[in-house]
Amino acid sequence: MLARRIIPCLDVRDGRVVKGVRFRDHVDMGDIVELALRYRDEGADELVFYDIGASPEQRSVDRGWVERVSARLDIPFCVAGGIRDVETARAVLHAGADKISINSPALERPVLITELAEAFGVQCVVVGVDSIREADGEWRVRSHTGDPARMRAPSVRTLDWVVEAQRLGAGEIVLNCMDQDGVRRGYDLAQLAEVRAVCTVPLVASGGAGEEAHFADVFRVADVDGALAASVFHGGRIRIPDLKRFLRGEGVEVRDA
Amino acid sequence: MRVALVDAGGANIGSVRFALQRLGVEPELTADAEAIRTADKVILPGVSTAGTVMRRLRQLDLVDTLRALRQPLLGVCVGMQLLFEHSEEDDTPCLGLLAGTVRRLPPGAGIRVPHMGWNRLSLRREDPVLAGFSDGDHAYFVHSYAAPPTEDCVAASDHGRAFAAVVRRGNVVGAQFHPERSSTAGARLLRNFLEAPSP
Repeated sequence: MLARRIIPCLDVRDGRVVKGVRFRDHVDMGDIVELALRYRDEGADELVFYDIGASPEQRSVDRGWVERVSARLDIPFCVAGGIRDVETARAVLHAGADKISINSPALERPVLITELAEAFGVQCVVVGVDSIREADGEWRVRSHTGDPARMRAPSVRTLDWVVEAQRLGAGEIVLNCMDQDGVRRGYDLAQLAEVRAVCTVPLVASGGAGEEAHFADVFRVADVDGALAASVFHGGRIRIPDLKRFLRGEGVEVRDA
Repeated sequence: MRVALVDAGGANIGSVRFALQRLGVEPELTADAEAIRTADKVILPGVSTAGTVMRRLRQLDLVDTLRALRQPLLGVCVGMQLLFEHSEEDDTPCLGLLAGTVRRLPPGAGIRVPHMGWNRLSLRREDPVLAGFSDGDHAYFVHSYAAPPTEDCVAASDHGRAFAAVVRRGNVVGAQFHPERSSTAGARLLRNFLEAPSP
């Protein structure tokens, strides 16, 4: 049986892992390879590296650190941020990333998803979706969420976009529920369950993890394939070995670390 | 020991190379028939589609070379699928070193395709390439097509239906999972392969 994945997300700037407070005042958290290996040793199933400088600054990912991570890490990792064309994706994948994740560039030019799927196979192509509940009760996407000054609301329903992204060739969807992000009150189970119903490729939940029980809830109620979190892992609030022990006790299939 | 890593254009070549380096082996990335023929071990990686990789192997005139190898040959992911006779993916004739047809994994209730993540190995019989493995060990898979668990299957896994996770017939070995990303189990499989006797 396929194990549910626990996925720490690390923000990267200039080859270092950073922690941001309200999108600015980034605090250096350490060397990217050291932190990646620490999470690997603790039993993370996969890592996501989000190059937070790349997208807002309109530059592409620096492949140097991707190669350094790939040389040492023996679990899969995904690179997000700043990938807006096939050539950049190729450089990142050839540097050793297993998957690339695209978000705003896919909304601006949806055929990019198809171009990437045709060049590398759907299994390499992750589409990240930032979603928020609007006043009329509908979930709609947001783009350029990395920079509050540039955030846009392209008036696209989240469910429609998830269906469209799969049709175009997305091999995995990461749904970031912005209402929940950073609040630590649990994943947005209602939204994730609705997206799950229209998502036939792997679905990863993001936004809202605050305690171990939230992970059990999101796997059981929303039937997601993976759960992504950042601050609870980086801050030491949840330790992955403890989390996996807890999930196993709750009857959730997880990988033995 | 000379290990030839066949450059068939797959995106995971770098990762496989790093995994070998972690085991103290510096592979030779090559598309040269002579270098492949004379290597002690040959590895055929490949993240792409069966059609794309086979087309590239034909362009490089490597099909007969790979078919005639006597030394240990390891196919990884799509590289393993190409060891079989045929793949449903792009209706591709493959190398035909192993009997069987690679088919698309059928989606179903709770069964998502691509099959992506860590799944358990179910050991079918003892084999040197699985030395040190235990039934139920996890390995990392990413694929939409899979080979059937024929008599060459030494470890199977399950995603909607049983499929071949590791195969071996004579000098030919295949891993559907990614050893370069399967942590301890992956390193173990690579080490076992590297320790297999060359003729």
